[in-house]
Amino acid sequence: MKIMVPVRRVPNPDVKVRLKKDGTGIETEGVNFLVNPFDEYAIEEAVRITEKSGGEVFLVSIGGPENEETLRAGLALGAHRAYLVDLGGECYESSGIADILAAVFKQENPDLVILGKQSVDTDNNQAAQMLAAKLGLAQACFAYKVELQDGKAVVQREIDGGLEVKEVELPAVITADLRLNQPRYASLPAIMKAKKKEVKKVTPADLGAEPKNRARVLGLSEPPPRKAGQKVASVDELVDKLVNEAKVL
Amino acid sequence: MAILLIAEMREGEVRHATFPAVTAAKQLAELLGTEFDILLLGKGAQAGAERLKDLGAANVLWSEAEAVAEYTAEAHAQAAADLVNEKGYTAVLAAATTTGKDLMPRLAGLLDAGMVSDAIGFEKGDEGIVYLRPMYAGNAIARVVIDTPIHCLTVRETAFDAATPGAGSAAVAEAPVNVDAGGLKAKFVEYQLTKSERPELTEAKVVVSAGRGVKDAEGVKLIEQLADALGAALGASRAVVDEGLLPNDLQVGQTGKIVAPDLYIACGISGAIQHVAGMKDAKVIVAINKDEEAPIFEVADYGLVDDLFKAVPKLIEKVQAARAS
Repeated sequence: MKIMVPVRRVPNPDVKVRLKKDGTGIETEGVNFLVNPFDEYAIEEAVRITEKSGGEVFLVSIGGPENEETLRAGLALGAHRAYLVDLGGECYESSGIADILAAVFKQENPDLVILGKQSVDTDNNQAAQMLAAKLGLAQACFAYKVELQDGKAVVQREIDGGLEVKEVELPAVITADLRLNQPRYASLPAIMKAKKKEVKKVTPADLGAEPKNRARVLGLSEPPPRKAGQKVASVDELVDKLVNEAKVL
Repeated sequence: MAILLIAEMREGEVRHATFPAVTAAKQLAELLGTEFDILLLGKGAQAGAERLKDLGAANVLWSEAEAVAEYTAEAHAQAAADLVNEKGYTAVLAAATTTGKDLMPRLAGLLDAGMVSDAIGFEKGDEGIVYLRPMYAGNAIARVVIDTPIHCLTVRETAFDAATPGAGSAAVAEAPVNVDAGGLKAKFVEYQLTKSERPELTEAKVVVSAGRGVKDAEGVKLIEQLADALGAALGASRAVVDEGLLPNDLQVGQTGKIVAPDLYIACGISGAIQHVAGMKDAKVIVAINKDEEAPIFEVADYGLVDDLFKAVPKLIEKVQAARAS
């Protein structure tokens, strides 16, 4: 089975972002970038499938030359090869990214696409569903468990209030939620091996893609801060404040 | 040039998140100087439509057709896209629930439309409507415009008050749905829902959340007792969900549920950026944590530095006494 896994490069989600003063974006100096955490679950799931039943996993990362680092990190987790789509300084939101991913799909005709349910920087949660719509494929978002059967996948999905079971015909687009698996850590030999794996560098034009942005961010601003709170010394004082000051009990 | 709200049903009932989304639809329609319709798909939609007809919509359209009787993104997005094309709606919105997040981007893909996720407000700008939405775990508010003739969006339910009945009566009619059930590449199999007597996390006035500090199932039980004493919903940090101590749909945070209750009590939660993104809009935040350096205290209105295994039983006692008097 051939599995396509798009991966995104995101600023370390455990560090609070700083906005540029003019609101055009975030400060990137001194910020380290990682593979989007949900994409690691996607890579792990894809690699496990090929470890069990054969086939290959190829990654796709869209951005600039720096995305090679992201791809090497993904290749060290067991993916076999990768595409780096260099935008030459252009920037696309989810629908433009889906345009490019659709073009890669058409070149490779994978049996399955697995990707993270959302990237933890822009939090859009759009590209996978848009990709499925553009290609006329079924989708199974927020996967908790994926079971492959003959020509189809049975997916338990995380939904409000529990799980939903859905059957999708392959090829399909699946997005990974956080209980899907426990991603492995890259071993040193795997990291060394990843350096030799193929990273094919292409442009959207090479793929025959004509990506476009359908939405635009005009600017970013800081959210209103919460006013400073207070420490209470005891449960008694806490209950007293909640009853008499905050009036929420 | 009306706009369309896609309401949400499950197992024959209109889901609560629909009501704040109606308020968002009303606000957006007012800004655009137009009216809004509601579409309700699924088993029980005809009866559900009656519940939605006095919320201010011009039309409430429903369908229980076989292809859309159970929710799949494939069938529902196709049915909605057909309707949008037929009626010429210029904007389509849904609540940013797990269903809305699954459905709306697919619909945007079918309509070749731009989309905004998790909108928390709208403004009129030089280039038309400007949508406000959080990014970077809520550490930035983005102002976004959509450049396609049709706008697709999901709206964050905590940012809008639930619509209440009384605003006129909509025309209720069956929606034309011509989706071929046999041609779909996806099939709904079943729900495996968590049964709980507690209120829904995103609807509750009080939420009590468990973090890594609860350690094990015994600790979770203690937090559940506090939740029950307060009639509160139960939430969890990602660490607790990762440990398998509580189910994923109770996870509060950037990639889980966004809540904004009147009172949020964080027990043994350190306050990672991702968690704070899900609860910082609560009116009053209480943090109980034995580590006085924990970042949760930076957002807490009332912080108690104490071992939760000592403080929470006392708190339960106090709450029960207060409730009894």
